[in-house]
This record gives sequence, C-alpha cells and structure tokens, in this order.
Amino acid sequence: MREITYAEAVREALRQAMEADDRVFLIGEDVGVYGGAFGVSAGLVDQFGTERIIDTPISEAGIAGAITGAAMTGMRPVGEIQFMDFVTLSMEQLVLQAAKIRYMFGGKATVPFVLRMPGGAGTGAAAQHSESLESWFVHVPGLKVVAPSTPYDAKGLLLAAIQDDNPVIFVEHKLLYKQKGPVPEEMYTIPLGQSNVVRQGQHLTVVATSVMVSRALEAGKQLAEEGIELEVIDPRTLKPMDCGPIVESVKKTGRLLVVHEAVRTGGFGGEIVASVAESEAFDYLEAPIRRLAARDIPVPYNKKLEAAMIPQIEDIVAEARRLVKGEY
Amino acid sequence: MSDLNNRLSPAAGTDAALREIKPEILERMLEQMMTIRAFEEKAEELYALGKVHGTMHLSIGQEATAVGASNALRETDYLLNHHRGHGHLIAWGSDVNKMMAEFLGKETGYCRGRGGSMHIADVSKNNLGANGIVAGGLPLAVGVGLSIKMRKTDQVVMVIFGDGATNEGAFHESLNMASIWDLPVVYLLENNQYAMSMSVKRAFKIERLSDRACAYGIPGVTVDGNDPIAVYQAVSEAAERARRREGPTLVESVTYRWRGHSKSDRQAYRTREEVKEWMARDPIPTFGARLGKSEEEMARLRAEAVKRIEEAVAFAEASPEPDVSTIEDGVYA
Repeated sequence: MREITYAEAVREALRQAMEADDRVFLIGEDVGVYGGAFGVSAGLVDQFGTERIIDTPISEAGIAGAITGAAMTGMRPVGEIQFMDFVTLSMEQLVLQAAKIRYMFGGKATVPFVLRMPGGAGTGAAAQHSESLESWFVHVPGLKVVAPSTPYDAKGLLLAAIQDDNPVIFVEHKLLYKQKGPVPEEMYTIPLGQSNVVRQGQHLTVVATSVMVSRALEAGKQLAEEGIELEVIDPRTLKPMDCGPIVESVKKTGRLLVVHEAVRTGGFGGEIVASVAESEAFDYLEAPIRRLAARDIPVPYNKKLEAAMIPQIEDIVAEARRLVKGEY
Repeated sequence: MSDLNNRLSPAAGTDAALREIKPEILERMLEQMMTIRAFEEKAEELYALGKVHGTMHLSIGQEATAVGASNALRETDYLLNHHRGHGHLIAWGSDVNKMMAEFLGKETGYCRGRGGSMHIADVSKNNLGANGIVAGGLPLAVGVGLSIKMRKTDQVVMVIFGDGATNEGAFHESLNMASIWDLPVVYLLENNQYAMSMSVKRAFKIERLSDRACAYGIPGVTVDGNDPIAVYQAVSEAAERARRREGPTLVESVTYRWRGHSKSDRQAYRTREEVKEWMARDPIPTFGARLGKSEEEMARLRAEAVKRIEEAVAFAEASPEPDVSTIEDGVYA
C-alpha cells in the first residue's frame, strides 16, 4: 500500500468528503491560499474555491458559532482551530451551544460538525501553543472526541466524523503531521468508538493516545528484547470510549499502564483507570495501575525542559519494566 | 426617555408606513401583543403560585419589538432569540400550548421539558432557539447566514439580542464576519435599557447603540421599540437588504423592561418614577388607538388573549411529565 503523511491523510479525507458531499466545507484561519498553519489544507482552495475553503478573521468564537449555525441548518462543516490552545476562545460556543442544543431542544435539532485542531508539544512553541486539552471536551455531554495516532486512522476517523450527526472534536498532533504510514486511496471509515489493539503481548497492557501510541510501540520493541511483551491499545475515540478491549486485555495481562501527553491531574488517563478499576478486570490485577502523563506544569520553552515534562520512550520502557518486575 | 426622539432614525413608524402594511398583518400584530402580555402575566401568576420549577424573564412592555420584527419576516426565515424570549416566539407564530407546556416542564412542551423558559425552540418553524447565554446566538447567526448563502436560498436569519450582549466579544466577531461576507443576517438589538442591573447609560459611552454598525461598514438604525410599525419597517428594510445579498443591518429597537430581570430582582438600580414613566407609554393601547380600536374592541381582544392562555395552561397542566427512563434521550443523534 502507498504511504502518505498524517497531514496528507487528513487532507485526502477532506478532499474526498468535499467531492462526495456538497454540504461539506472547511472554515478556519489561513486555511485557504496559505494552506493552514501546518499545511494540512494546502491546495484545497484551488480545487474547491474560496466559497468552500473559507478563510476567517482571527475569530475563534466566530468559527465555532459558524460551524454550529451552519450544521443546524443543513450543512456539514469542518472547522479548523489553528492551535488547540486557541480553542479556549471558542469554549462558550462549543460547550454551551453546540454540545447542548440537541438535548436542550428535546432532541429536535442536529449539529453535525467536525472541529479539527492540532494539539501537543515538542515543537518549542512553549506554553500557549502546545496544549493537550482533550479531556476538557471529554467532560462535556453532547460532544464526541477523536484523537488519531496514525495516517490510516486520521483518514478513516475523519471521514467517519464528517458523516457523524454530532459535534466531533478532532484532535490532531503537530508531531504526527509528517509521520508516514500506509493509507488506502479509496474512501473508508473507521467507526467512532472503537479501540484498536495495536500490539499484542501478555505481560502489561499499555493504553496510549495520540503521539504516545508510537512511543509505546517503540518501548514495546525494546522491551521485547528483554522478554517483556507489551499489549498496546489505542482508544482512538476518547468519547465515546470503547473500554471493552482494554478490560479484556487487563484480564489477560493483570497490569495496566496509561500513557498520555496531557498533564496528569484531571487528564483522560484517570477515566481509563477508573473504568478498569470499576470493571471485572479489577480481580485480575497483579500490580498497581500506573499513569504516565505530563507533569502538572505549563509547557516550558527550553528543549530539555520540554522533553522532561512529557513522557518519552525511555520513560515508558522504565515504568513498564518496573510494573512487570514488581519493582514499584 | 425625552432624549429618545433625538436618537431615532428619521421617518420610522410614520402613518405613511402604517398604511403600507396589510390590514391583516396590523390586526395580527395587535392580537399577538395581547397574547404576549397575557402569556407573561400568566407566567408571573403561575410562578407566584409555586407551579414553576425554574426562573423566567418577562418581556412585559417589550411586545411591540417582538411583533414588529417577526411579522417583517417570512415563514421560511430563521430566528435566533434570547432568554427573554416568550414574546418573540408568540410573534413568530409558535403554539402557546407547547410553550406553556415547556414552561411547566412537560413532555408535550417544545423541548420535551428539557429546555424550560430560557431555551424554548420551535425548530419545526426554523426557530433555532432562545439562548440562555448573553450573545450566545450571535456567532450562530454567522453560521446560519453562511449556510443560507451556500445553499443559495432567499432566506434570512434574524438574531435578537439585548443591550447587554452588545458588550460581549461575540457581538464584534459576529458582526464583522457577517459584514465581510455580506451574509443575510438581521441583527435586532432589543435595547430594554438594562443588562440585569447595568444601565445602558453606565455600560456605553455612546447614546445610539446602532452607531456601532459603522465599525463594520453596515447600516445601523435606531427605532422606537414601543412602536411596532417602526420596528416592522426597519426590520423589513434590513431583511430586503439581506435578501438582495447586500449584507447585514444592525437595528436597535429602544424599549423598556417593566419587570425585574428575573424573579430575584429587587430593582434597586432604578426609580419607580422611571418605571411609571415607561408604563405610561404602554405599547398596546398606543397601538390599538393608532389602529382606531374602540375600548370595547380592545377589551374583547384582551379577553380572547386571556382565554387562549387559559387554554394553554389547561393543556400544559393536563400534560404528562417526562418519564425518567427517557432522561438520556437526545444527548447524541
């Protein structure tokens, strides 16, 4: 299968969705001629014109309102927030309008949109351009939250999100944009709410999200040389979360490590841990459940500090080894 | 109030304008004003009797703005309105039975008892909901306008918001986006002079709030919000401009809230004299007189309105509560 980058996979999904459905359009800051701050929408304006690839002023509340209002009246918009950090400026429209409109109106309105946004650190962009805020959205009934970790998932999940009749927060990762992987050329969807067991092993279950999936896989490769086999699971959709495969895996391995880039306190990892602790897998646990997450600090600028804040491959290796060897 | 006339745009609401409106529309507007007044007074009474679970925001005194604006639009147009929204919905032609049922939290209400007074939405009639967040509907109007433009229909969207919303950041983003893209949006600023306790005199350095339109390169007009003809005329012109794809208009309708902000309001921020002065300008008898209605005709219309609302209360009270087993319905599609 041909290989393309994660950014190209997102672009291809957008292009195919727009070719297939006139109601789909893209709206955001610098998404037109500029091609988006990370080049994701490069060239789309040449194919679809400025009527469907819409550059906005720097108005994040306006973007969120525009996709919500358009979605309520028959369109299927895709919005882009340039950096996930800036979605803080859209929160009222997303949390109090988009997420609640259907329920508040007795189930009589539909809000089918996707709002894409790149999160994550590792680029030296410091505290206001590196946030991982996905758990905020997970906490809001009415929203769905998706966080693809590979080019294949990015395309299939984005196409599924565009077809979904709910507001979907689609969290991309800046460090993944240039990562390559096999992606089918035709349209395909990956159903929202399906976890993916990306590596099988019997000693420790590692649940990782977004950029942490590839780090967990690399840790798994290194530990295999020591005879430790990790089972790595990517939830892919954070809400609704598919906990079944995670519970089954923990029943098999007896150990659970959760890895994400967002800060530890109030992070999505707590939700996974709680779900497992409440499940039948509890009786199978042979070790404490552990989380590896960013430290509870704003993202620092200095490269060494930035890396020290966020779980790296060697951190996953060390923590996994401790859990399997009972050295906690 | 005396300075109001100085702020009004010229020639709004003249007798010539009145003669241009079809008689059945004038009659409907008067009837709707009566119905709104009766609905609000009944809502207040039900609240006092302890029959209402939540709060409410009454639009008594503001009826002319609601009926003037809604009647200037077509059935196919869209409406986004705000928390003080009972009047807008009645003027939009919504069913008072379903409104009252929603107010009382019943399954037969517009929102199956999930929304209540602040969130009544008659989606089947293109009403995209009353909004409990000040300025919450303004960014949505951009999306609705964009959708109309992309679907190439001749609809317009009217978003009604208050003087308080005009000082939210969302006001700026919305008006700017709608103006740069010439979206078919009618911005109706229902200036009832108080954002809860904050007087427009303290919250603005300008007197004519519609002057803000010039910052977006769009027309802004200020009309007497107690005169349905003036409001009708201004909104009609704004809607025509929108349908011609010439872009949005900011219409400021100056009116007055007779009651407190909500039921917790002791109204320490204004004088009784001020309230009385505005009550003396009651828009309903003023409009009745303009239409040449006799005392008897007005009394008959009032009695009919009260009867309609009594029937709505009977419908609502006889309606079932939502079943708890349905509590999670409608979170997701």
